[in-house]
Amino acid sequence: MTSAAPAGDRFAAVLRLFRTTAVRLSLLYLVVFTVFSVFLVVVVTHDATRILTLQIHESIDADVEALQDQYRRGGLVRLVFALEDRARRPDAGLFYVVDTSGNPIAGNVAELPPNAVADDDPDPHLLDYLRFEGGKETRHVALVRAFALDNGFRVLVGRDIGERERLRAVFRKAFRYVAGLMVVIAGLTWWFLSRRVLARIDEVSHASRRIVDGDLSGRLPVSGSGDEFDRLAVGLNEMLERIGELMGGVKGVSDAIAHDLKTPLTRLRNRVEQALSDDDPEARSEALEAALDESNALIRTFDALLMISRVEAGRAVSAADPVDVAEIAHEVAELYEPLAEDEGGGLVVEAEGPLAVRGNRELIAQALTNLVDNALKHGRSDDRAPRITLSARRDGGRIVLAVADDGPGVAPADRARIFERFTRLEASRTTPGSGLGLALVAAVVRLHKGEIAVEDAEPGLRIALRLPAVA
Amino acid sequence: MRILIVEDDREAANYLVKALKEAGHVAEHAADGDDGAHAAATGGFDVVVMDRMLPKRDGLSIVQEMRARGDETPVLVLSALGQVDDRVDGLKAGGDDYLAKPYAISELLARVEALARRRRPGEVETSYRVGDLVLDRLSHTVTRGGEEIVLQPREFRLLEYLMKNAGQVVTRTMLLENVWDYHFDPQTNVIDVHMSRLRAKIDKGQAKPLLHTVRGAGYMVREGLK
Repeated sequence: MTSAAPAGDRFAAVLRLFRTTAVRLSLLYLVVFTVFSVFLVVVVTHDATRILTLQIHESIDADVEALQDQYRRGGLVRLVFALEDRARRPDAGLFYVVDTSGNPIAGNVAELPPNAVADDDPDPHLLDYLRFEGGKETRHVALVRAFALDNGFRVLVGRDIGERERLRAVFRKAFRYVAGLMVVIAGLTWWFLSRRVLARIDEVSHASRRIVDGDLSGRLPVSGSGDEFDRLAVGLNEMLERIGELMGGVKGVSDAIAHDLKTPLTRLRNRVEQALSDDDPEARSEALEAALDESNALIRTFDALLMISRVEAGRAVSAADPVDVAEIAHEVAELYEPLAEDEGGGLVVEAEGPLAVRGNRELIAQALTNLVDNALKHGRSDDRAPRITLSARRDGGRIVLAVADDGPGVAPADRARIFERFTRLEASRTTPGSGLGLALVAAVVRLHKGEIAVEDAEPGLRIALRLPAVA
Repeated sequence: MRILIVEDDREAANYLVKALKEAGHVAEHAADGDDGAHAAATGGFDVVVMDRMLPKRDGLSIVQEMRARGDETPVLVLSALGQVDDRVDGLKAGGDDYLAKPYAISELLARVEALARRRRPGEVETSYRVGDLVLDRLSHTVTRGGEEIVLQPREFRLLEYLMKNAGQVVTRTMLLENVWDYHFDPQTNVIDVHMSRLRAKIDKGQAKPLLHTVRGAGYMVREGLK
């Protein structure tokens, strides 16, 4: 019964909701903006109130001075006249005169507390009072100041602070609106985050869950907007691609090892058997020597396999020291030139240095020797050894190292395959070789963050390695 | 020569001891790191063959210890790891040469003998002489019977290395390492072609050849090989 979820489950659901980033971020925004706007409103209100209060004080002081002046010039009568005149103005302040016994004799105030005029303090103070307005008495609050005349009468002057209070009310109201708006914005933030952003994260985690569960062909969704989630997904997809390649490589290699190493092992076994059964010492030692050669070839194959996996597992060589590939090309050419000539072919080197690449001299040299070796073995046509060109040149931000022969070349359909381990294109497999040479070249190029291209040398095969040049 | 072998693989060690004895050397065997360190400390060896991974102690630490106390006995480091970095580690620790397993016994013998010879005093020779073949390291000239032979720079270095180790087997791998500074094996035997060119220049038309091929091992420069 899913509809009757126990209270504990609902509590857990709420807890989970609070653990989501959307809710946390929305709450954080709400708190931050609220604190900020409360601070703003308080500061503005306080300052405005202070300025208005100061103005009120000034006008009270001005009234007091004017009335005292009138009294000095014309006595009580003139003061009362002036006072009545001021009291009738539309924005009139508060005026009130009492005699020595405290009876009101003039003013615009209906009623005052008995001791309101008794205070001689020159600083105005707050006072509740009733005022005639359109024949009615209304309650007001004012700032007032009282003073005594020399005949013992007392005068009270004040200003209503209703204006100031209205302003404060406006601020309070504005703050309430802003606070409401803040909650709405926090809600919108939550909605945006949960709908847009977290939905993307959820997609990513679902997709990765599927991949973890065994669907290695799965990829993370890319929306195409190019935002940070897309960048993350693209990066992770590249990683998955590489993992897939490595996994495929491992599987392909273990299959190939089983197939390809069985043949030489069988031959080795046959030779040893032959040596054991042969009575002629010369034939026996010949068979044993052949067995030794077979096992040496096997060891070389394993060395090459180990070397490839070492290179593939290697960290990028971006931190390595620069090496001059033109020099390496010349060295390799020098190593192979006599062999190429002896076989009736040739080896030309076209490289003008320095051409600097960050990397490992030995690995680059080994890749080049493998390529030259390959060209010598497979570039033969009609029993004529190939003419090989080993070139190195700069092409923009890349250094292109290429080995070309003028042999039969490789059919376009087979070109991608030649870099796989144990790939040997001739079905008869009569040419000696492990089928690992080009796989090592590919691994070395990958280690140097370069690319490899198989091209038609018209006629012949051209394999070009493009390595990033040192800037 | 007295040779110390520090190697935990009993079978490989026995084979090595036997081969060294057959070659006329005295071989002593230590089967773990502690024994090896102890034997090396007693001294008196011409060459030490040190396996890298040993029970109880790392082989390289023993080499470091030897060098720290001023023991300059040449050390050949053996290892199942054969990559550039491992070799550099081995040489940094004080090893003089590095050989990856599995190795051919002839390769190991040739290297051990080259190491023992390296130790001899008066090492800085300005010229080498084998029979009537003379190589002058200062003027970079080679003469045979007084007549100058013109060599390419690489051929000169090849002959220089062979003559430095005259009378001893030099393997193809040793030539690649010391003359070309390559620590990998090219798939085709390119060295043989270089050697036949060198031989053509040195021995052609001469009654006594000096440059010999040692079957299954490598090459040797020597006067009057039987």
